[in-house]
Amino acid sequence: MPFFIGFVAILLVGWWWFPRVLFSVEQQPLRFSHLVHVDDAGMACEDCHYLNEDGSFSGLPSTESCAECHTEAMGEDPEEQRFIDEYVNEGKEVPWLIYQDQPDNVFFSHAAHAAQDCTTCHPDVGGSDTPPLHYRNKLTDYSNGGYRIVFGRGVGVDPAYSRGTMKMWECERCHAENGQSNACYVCHR
Amino acid sequence: MSTFQDFPIRWGMVIDIDKCTGCGACVVACNKENNIAPQENQLQRIAGKGFPTRFKKIEWLTIYELTDGSDTAYLPRPCMQCGMPSCVSVCPAIATDKNENGGIVSQIYPRCFGCRYCMASCPYHARVFNWDQPVWPEGMEKQLTPHTSVRSRGVVEKCSFCHHRLMYAKDAARVAGEDPEKLPDGAYVPACGEVCPTGAITFGDVKNPEHAVYELVRSPYTFRLLERLGTDPQVYYMSKRAWVRLQGDNYLANEEAQAGEGGAHHG
Repeated sequence: MPFFIGFVAILLVGWWWFPRVLFSVEQQPLRFSHLVHVDDAGMACEDCHYLNEDGSFSGLPSTESCAECHTEAMGEDPEEQRFIDEYVNEGKEVPWLIYQDQPDNVFFSHAAHAAQDCTTCHPDVGGSDTPPLHYRNKLTDYSNGGYRIVFGRGVGVDPAYSRGTMKMWECERCHAENGQSNACYVCHR
Repeated sequence: MSTFQDFPIRWGMVIDIDKCTGCGACVVACNKENNIAPQENQLQRIAGKGFPTRFKKIEWLTIYELTDGSDTAYLPRPCMQCGMPSCVSVCPAIATDKNENGGIVSQIYPRCFGCRYCMASCPYHARVFNWDQPVWPEGMEKQLTPHTSVRSRGVVEKCSFCHHRLMYAKDAARVAGEDPEKLPDGAYVPACGEVCPTGAITFGDVKNPEHAVYELVRSPYTFRLLERLGTDPQVYYMSKRAWVRLQGDNYLANEEAQAGEGGAHHG
């Protein structure tokens, strides 16, 4: 019996308490709803997330491009009004939290991975009304990738892959499986 | 001796020494492009010694002054991206490698632990060591580029032929629906080559007949530095002046007449 109690206690520490201590939880600066834009406004993903002609990727729309529609409130949502007051009228960019932010020495090319499904690496937020919480590892500053962690594992993550920001071994494995080069400078800079 | 792969693409730089005025624009462009910090500590150490020491200033591209007593020439020296790089075979951490099509010798800073074997092995002194944590004067950190990661104290760094520019050129080709492995001449040029005011630096694939460097490396006036060491550099130099070509390598007295004629073997 004492063994069992200790066993459960240690499991709780490892699976429940430690992840809670390790990760800080942040909410996006705005409650952006993909659902409203995709379903109600009928926008396509490529209207905001697209490849530029020079090969670079436009991941997050600028406040300027949002203001093409949102110069004035189009709905009733107080978040939209807050966006217009705090960002559009102030001419500021929204400091969005990036779920899959890679470190400085990684060169990732969206153009080279355009044939892949976005959700291979990114959390599937296309139908979300509230953006997922941003869990940040307090020691490394890495995000956990936008997945909710239950019992030490991300919910909705392919078990073959780790949760969180993509690791080097994950890049390497996919490259190896698809016959792509794993030379250092293919991904590093 | 280990052998290195022969890649279908061979990115090469041809530097015409006769066109180089030694203005230093390439060095400045390189420093800005690749986030090289100004180094007060190094400069003080060098000034204190009064002669070049191992505390040399961090530069990926250094300009050397050549002279034969009366005439002067300037020789910009990036990393040679050798076909047989001596730095790669000595690296205990595989922090540096030559394994990508194009033959650019990679250097992965987080993997380097600063043993500096590569610096000792490099016959061109192309590698530099971070003795200090880089410090940017206030305001200058806003000029940092996202192209190259910054290096911390304790790692070795070197010229990468502005490898990020190759990646950007490939991405642009992909979006335009072209083959990223068949970049046209001029699609990928390092910062030094782009900025050179006299056009002394030509860059391209020396194996591709459509690139300007293809002809240039076959000129009888083309030579490479310390060619006889067998490092097979991918940086080529041109000069119509025989004494400049002679200084590109170490020759015995009885070899000088022959070497000075030009038409040095290259490949």
